[in-house]
Amino acid sequence: MRALRSPGLWLALALTAAAGAWPYFTGSASNREVAFTILLSVALASSLNILLGYTGYVSFGHIVFYGLGGYMGIYLLSERGVSLWLAVLAGGAIAGLLALLLGASILRLRGAYFALATIGVNEAARAFINNFQPFGGPIGMTLNFRLYDHYGGAARALWMVYGVMLGLTLLVILVSYLVKNSKFGLGLLAIRENEDAAEIMGVTAPQAKTWAYVLSAIFPGMIGVLFFFKNGNIEPHDAFRLHLSIEMIVMVMLGGYGTVLGPVLGAAGYQRLRGMLLVSPIFKNIQLAVAGGLLLIIVLFVPAGAVGWLRHRVPVLRKVLE
Amino acid sequence: MILQVQGVSKWFGGLKALSQVTLDLPQGQILGLIGPNGAGKTTLFNVINGVYAPEEGRVIFMGQDVTGKKPYHVAHMGMARTHQIVQPLNELTVRENVMVGACFGRENHNLNEAQQIAEQVLEFVGLGDRADQFAGSLNVAQKKRLELARALASRPKLLLLDEVLAGLNPSEIASMIQTVSAIRDQGVTIIMIEHVMHAVMRVSDRIVVLDYGQQIAEGSPEEVSKNPKVIEAYLGDPKLAERLGRLSHD
Repeated sequence: MRALRSPGLWLALALTAAAGAWPYFTGSASNREVAFTILLSVALASSLNILLGYTGYVSFGHIVFYGLGGYMGIYLLSERGVSLWLAVLAGGAIAGLLALLLGASILRLRGAYFALATIGVNEAARAFINNFQPFGGPIGMTLNFRLYDHYGGAARALWMVYGVMLGLTLLVILVSYLVKNSKFGLGLLAIRENEDAAEIMGVTAPQAKTWAYVLSAIFPGMIGVLFFFKNGNIEPHDAFRLHLSIEMIVMVMLGGYGTVLGPVLGAAGYQRLRGMLLVSPIFKNIQLAVAGGLLLIIVLFVPAGAVGWLRHRVPVLRKVLE
Repeated sequence: MILQVQGVSKWFGGLKALSQVTLDLPQGQILGLIGPNGAGKTTLFNVINGVYAPEEGRVIFMGQDVTGKKPYHVAHMGMARTHQIVQPLNELTVRENVMVGACFGRENHNLNEAQQIAEQVLEFVGLGDRADQFAGSLNVAQKKRLELARALASRPKLLLLDEVLAGLNPSEIASMIQTVSAIRDQGVTIIMIEHVMHAVMRVSDRIVVLDYGQQIAEGSPEEVSKNPKVIEAYLGDPKLAERLGRLSHD
């Protein structure tokens, strides 16, 4: 396997694993919560990168998959009594299925039209769930605390979920790398650069785009289940937060779209920054404005993001920074 | 016949860009497609390879009706093309650009095979030492060669060349003509749109002339260059008519 010899892949995995191992060493629950948020962001950003970075389609509503997956998972956990593992898989499956259905319709749109349609999908999903009684309508659903007993009590369950999150994040990075270095990935990159030229060279663009969309949706669906399992309850306004979609885009752009390492560094960097802003008296209420400003600065001055910029400037690093 | 175009018409709003164009192309020939600017030459390419569906008529490629089929369908069947306005995949390397052609074209190669084909084809078109550069950093002449390399990497049966000579200097033209002839000698059928008359007259087996979407002449280079309709179509450029006449007397 060529993948196993790639320093770029190992660098991304090692950085994530090291950051992920930190709470285990300190044993602190608050460190674990910080690390959970970072891992969640890394995994979400890396998933979005498959669509945004490799395929060149901007999804402003990617959080819909996270919300829908979360809802599916919590419903199965609390109403149907399935195990967390099955719930996580179901969350991924429902998100993938939605992407497959959407792919056939809205992926025919290009540029701004596609971006607008994705916002519409997120808002439509929120409105639907708000009125969908089996999922608790506007009140949402709350997990029964006794559910955590299956996993050795609430404290143990939270550490376990953290471990699963870490594993899932490493898996997303691996998948992101494998996609980028596959024939499928080459087709996606060709679509990003020039969809018409790619089709003329034989890339079956509608099919390739749809699978990229499905793949980028499955992981957010699974992550949603983990987050809301840990959270204990789920509500429509919590599950379909549009600004989280935009933060995901900021993370990808900050680190470098279309690279494997970029979303990892971008997500970690953005969450550290956000953590600092949230405790600052001046910025705590306007931290989202900082995200918007950051996006503006990146797009204007470093459109390739941190990793992309380094790859362009220092060709030697291209072997190390995938 | 590798390609048959039967009574193809294409409108853009009220403008009839192609009007009842019919041509047959036997395997292994080079067909030159000439005509003044705006005559519909590139539109004809776009109809042949599926970028546009024609309003009338049919396109038959290797015995199959491909009218209205998507560009990737005809690409999989073995049709490749270059663009008059180059369309490099800028943020990919030159090698990766060519690998796209090899991976997704007629032979459907995996990445390793595609890489080998890319090395060969880049060597053939003279871009061997540029393989690791980003495609966006090439100059125009190099980008034209890259277009050709991408098309060749798919190992096409039919190659549509849209003004591969435009913007090249005389020595580049001479070497490109050699390249095109060498491709034909490998058994690839070629249609080339060209404005560089002496070149297209020299390499083509047959010429089709379009003017305002109408097919005004067809035949050997010699016949076409004597055709009064053709000379009239080019009268905006009397020198060209003169040159056409001179060429046919060579």
